[in-house]
Amino acid sequence: MTYHNPPVTPRKSATFDDYTLSEIRRAAQTGIYDIRGAGAKRRVPHFDDLLFLGASISRYPLEGYRERCSTSVTLGTRFAKKPIELKIPITIAGMSFGALSAHAKDALGRGASLAGTSTTTGDGGMTPEERGQSKTLVYQYLPSRYGMNPDDLRKADAIEVVVGQGAKPGGGGMLLGQKISDRVAEMRNLPKGIDQRSACRHPDWTGPDDLEIKIHELREITDWEKPIYVKVGATRPYYDTALAVKAGADVVVLDGMQGGTAATQEVFIENVGLPTLAAIRPAVQALQDLGMHRKVQLIVSGGIRNGADVAKALALGADAVAIGVAALVAIGDNDPALEAEYAKLGTTAGAYDDWHEGRDPAGITTQDVALMQRLDPVKAGRRLANYLKVMTLELQTVARACGHNDIHNLEPEDLCALTIEAAAMARVPLAGTNWIPGVTQGGL
Amino acid sequence: MQRPNIRTVDLSKTTLRELNQELHTLNSSTDGAWEILNARGFHAVAVGVDAPVSIDVRGSVGYYCAGMNKQAAVTVHGSAGPGIAENMMSGSVRITGDASQYAGATGRGGLLVIEGNASSRCGVSMKGIDIVVRGNIGHMSAFMAQSGNLVVLGDAGDALGDSIYEARLFVRGSVKSLGADCIEKEMREEHHTALAALLERAGITDVKTSEFKRYGSARKLYNFNIDNADAY
Ligand SMILES: Cc1cc2nc3c(=O)[nH]c(=O)nc-3n(C[C@H](O)[C@H](O)[C@H](O)COP(=O)(O)O)c2cc1C
Repeated sequence: MTYHNPPVTPRKSATFDDYTLSEIRRAAQTGIYDIRGAGAKRRVPHFDDLLFLGASISRYPLEGYRERCSTSVTLGTRFAKKPIELKIPITIAGMSFGALSAHAKDALGRGASLAGTSTTTGDGGMTPEERGQSKTLVYQYLPSRYGMNPDDLRKADAIEVVVGQGAKPGGGGMLLGQKISDRVAEMRNLPKGIDQRSACRHPDWTGPDDLEIKIHELREITDWEKPIYVKVGATRPYYDTALAVKAGADVVVLDGMQGGTAATQEVFIENVGLPTLAAIRPAVQALQDLGMHRKVQLIVSGGIRNGADVAKALALGADAVAIGVAALVAIGDNDPALEAEYAKLGTTAGAYDDWHEGRDPAGITTQDVALMQRLDPVKAGRRLANYLKVMTLELQTVARACGHNDIHNLEPEDLCALTIEAAAMARVPLAGTNWIPGVTQGGL
Repeated sequence: MQRPNIRTVDLSKTTLRELNQELHTLNSSTDGAWEILNARGFHAVAVGVDAPVSIDVRGSVGYYCAGMNKQAAVTVHGSAGPGIAENMMSGSVRITGDASQYAGATGRGGLLVIEGNASSRCGVSMKGIDIVVRGNIGHMSAFMAQSGNLVVLGDAGDALGDSIYEARLFVRGSVKSLGADCIEKEMREEHHTALAALLERAGITDVKTSEFKRYGSARKLYNFNIDNADAY
């Protein structure tokens, strides 16, 4: 007698889901780990898990279009003779020429300048186009030192010593051979067509005591004019912030694990680092413990998408934010209008992340001249400026609703959390309670 | 012996800030000679200079002396801490004593001469600088060295030239071990000529180029290949 299973719906595993299975097959077929661009795609507790409370009887709001709500921010007030003044607290994060096309860098500079904010160089050095188009330009000082020279250092408005990035704290970089054009090769002083590795540690210093001496050297070379930022990936934000302050930073840049990258191993992007939400309060705590909150400014990045995210980061204690991926999307990355071309690359608009391959149909993450020509830097710059303007209006809308005439008056007391995890990480109460896990006992 | 037009700065009387600030007011049309007294291990002595002046530093220096130097000829009469002449663009730097870690790191041009020994990571990430060391060099020297020449009259420590790109290494003594992708290469006529010129520029006359071996990149790790994973 044979036994027949009654028919059931075929069930796929939650553990071995379709993506996981395809990745096992890909690894088995190629023998190489997956490298890709962009940030973590998994869901982690984020700003979406926070809400603003708004005004009430005990706090009155400000009138939407009439009462002032200032958005300007000054960075580098601690030691620099020439601090940076920005009209809005949203900056453009460091993204390298090499990873991005010259037109994309040009567009980012134009958009940022129109909106009254800064843009940042990246691994690969400063291009004249970028310097020309950026009213305020931050020059990154990276382990690779590609393109580093004292003339560009002096042309910069600020210097950012990069210790790490949220997408790959502890990781170096890799620009694959297919993206090494003559110009990129020349700037990096390496042969064309070879994979260019960027070291994960600085070549001439290790540890916080050396960092202090390195920052001192950079200040001496630039006559103490320029703000010096220290950028860290979110791992041990309390200690990293404290050590950066001790080493003499004017500004700390804290990049959460969702932060974008041009090219990193998938395993790194998805599994290393703290979510942005979890990193801000410990960093702010370190600044407060040292009496340095608002004296050393904190820039937060990693998954910032709209004015509400900016408002939440500021309410948790940041002075400004930086955006990477969102800025690329604003200038045309992953646009559904290019769907046919994404399909040819075996992907779909919204999922395209093979930025390291240099075949970007939007002309942004490529060095291919024909593809790059598709991006009109003037129009793309305009789009970025529009987007920054919208984010700023959203930020002001929230701040006024909470009764603040300056976006920097947003505070943790304006927030509640939708989940226990977010409440614990952001140290704000779970909605409808006064319970902050790890801080208060709970109850009403 | 007092030379004319020599500007003497005593770091026990003048601050480092004042010294560097004044050096930064010089430009390509200024020449002349500077003498810096009582260096006493200060960090960042004579950094970011961009003028064809000569600078004699009396005493040992701390970190990053002559960092990012352009055009100037700096001589340290003593020893140097970590990162001497880091990211040098042009000009020359000479250390009469020993140099600590990362000597000439990421240097792009110019000549660095170390008359004593250099510690680990000498010439790390070098990008065009020429470095001549009369004594020995420590481990991991010329790590990820991109271009330029490193000449060593003594011995080299472990993992010389690890992950090297196109830089050329000439070692007269022994090499404790070679790093990933670094191999010994044939000394052809052109290399003897290039080495002779380097020695001459460094003012070294008592050795022959035939006493050196040349090392450089096997270029096997230039494009990632899974079958090389064990080499990393
Ligand atoms: C295409 C691309 C290139 C990047 N290049 C660099 C770089 O050269 N140096 C660096 O410190 N960070 C780099 N980053 C990280 C950004 O500076 C920033 O930390 C990150 O994008 C912020 O997260 P977000 O993309 O979610 O806004 C890059 C990011 C992207 C998307």
